[in-house]
Amino acid sequence: MNYRSETQELIMKKDTMDTPVETNETKKPKKDQEYKIITRNLDVFYGEFQALKNINMKILPYSVTALIGPSGCGKSTYLRVFNRMNDYIDDFRIEGDVIVDRKNIYTEKIEIEQLRKDVGMVFQKPNPFPKTIFENVAYGLRIQGVKDKHFINEKVESSLKQVTLWDEVKDNLKKNALALSGGQQQRLCIARTLAVEPEVILMDEPTSALDPISTGKIEELLFDLKNEYTIVIVTHNMQQAARVSDHTAFFYMGDLIEEGKTTQIFTKPSNKRTENYITGRFG
Amino acid sequence: MKKTKEVVIEKFLLFSALITILTTIGIVLVLAIEAFKFFREVSVFEFLTDTEWTPLFTKKRFGILPLLSGTFLTSIIAIAVALPIGLTIAIFLSEYAPRKFREYIKPSLEMLAAVPTVVYGFFALTVVTPFLQTIIPGMSGFNSLSAGIVMGIMIIPIISSLSEDALRAVPNSLREASYGMGSTRLQTAFKVTVPAASSGIVVSIILAISRAIGETMIVAIAAGQQPRLTMNPLVPVETLTAYIVQVSLGDVPHNSLEYRTIFAAGITLFIFTFILNNISHWIKNKYREKYD
Repeated sequence: MNYRSETQELIMKKDTMDTPVETNETKKPKKDQEYKIITRNLDVFYGEFQALKNINMKILPYSVTALIGPSGCGKSTYLRVFNRMNDYIDDFRIEGDVIVDRKNIYTEKIEIEQLRKDVGMVFQKPNPFPKTIFENVAYGLRIQGVKDKHFINEKVESSLKQVTLWDEVKDNLKKNALALSGGQQQRLCIARTLAVEPEVILMDEPTSALDPISTGKIEELLFDLKNEYTIVIVTHNMQQAARVSDHTAFFYMGDLIEEGKTTQIFTKPSNKRTENYITGRFG
Repeated sequence: MKKTKEVVIEKFLLFSALITILTTIGIVLVLAIEAFKFFREVSVFEFLTDTEWTPLFTKKRFGILPLLSGTFLTSIIAIAVALPIGLTIAIFLSEYAPRKFREYIKPSLEMLAAVPTVVYGFFALTVVTPFLQTIIPGMSGFNSLSAGIVMGIMIIPIISSLSEDALRAVPNSLREASYGMGSTRLQTAFKVTVPAASSGIVVSIILAISRAIGETMIVAIAAGQQPRLTMNPLVPVETLTAYIVQVSLGDVPHNSLEYRTIFAAGITLFIFTFILNNISHWIKNKYREKYD
């Protein structure tokens, strides 16, 4: 399949680029403290339905981790475990440990609002507030009670610059955010998330509603962002996973089938189902 | 054969639609013609500026202001009661209440709107007023306060139900965005959901005001029948609607000037509710497609 070769080509390129660092890293096994997020024996239920089955996974800081798998495989559910976004679902139930920054976010006394400031989220469909561009980015600071106008102005500017939106909107900060194009809206949503200075950014298929050019811009952005943030991204697009991620985890029917370095998952997957999925034979 | 049947049904449907339109036109025409006859004898200037309304006395004065003040006083009291309560209920139901709870509470709240207004009127006169008199000595038996409060209770479901619909129409993605940035439920409700639903909430308030202005039975029973230009909620007043009831039920001869006063009052009332309904319609259309 043409599709496969394209993906593999990408991986080859990546491989040669990353090789020195990667081999260095793999030499010594890591301690748990070095991971940003750890899940142990994680089970998630919606009522009777078990959405995730015994998930054990560790996510490294300052990297992009892609969660892939066919629809309904539990990857989005898994993503939303990290900022407790599933809590609003009526019959949601969770067992096992989810450790973010050495804290068990489901059993220890943590402030859910603080957790969500540290673990930001970007959604599938751009969802800016029906407010001005400025107020969208300033929102997170305002709810924290920040009053310092100078600080807010600077933060809005720097956040918009981080997502390369500043030059496009700097003269129209008072314009309603809904007037922006889909791609601009999504970058605005990322800027809005960055403004509260999270450490982890969860992205739930952030480009699935966007055109290829906007998608490209956001993927470029991910390369810059991973120097400062830990990024976990759910994607349906195999090539995207191959392009942007350092690690990939493949989910199928609530099971974590396989996880590892993206280069390895895409070139020599150890599980037959992973191989079938990434080569487009099902999913 | 089939074709004739179709045509007959089509004509029948058109006829039904026309009846409602013709009825409305008829009512407006009658109002306008009778009011016109009234204004041939009483100048519009006197009608709008005189501070006394005594068409049934020997010394006749035709100032609409006392009736307007009665209407506005009772309506303002009603909104002052209904707005905070209705909005709180709407926010609670849409942002906090579990789905099951909402499914039971909303219909029972809407029952409030099914209570006949005459029952509310009696409730105001025989329960609320005596109760308020124990707190505020010297309050008269007929007053705009208890009529307004009870009218407020009556229009709570208009505000709570329509506002809740507006709040629930706000896409969940906005709530998620807000929660995802570390907002509490309260912050999300007041900084995201309520502003996003503001047009719908304003519409609900306008419709509630319109309902309060047009409400008749409660004020006719509990607010009194003394046209009085006052903002004191403790004394008897008379609203536009209550005046119309008073004259319609009385022995004022038809086609007299006294009789025509009710059309003048009626058209005043009509103008206000017409304007309010149009504003709400305009707001609804203007903001309808703001978000998908």
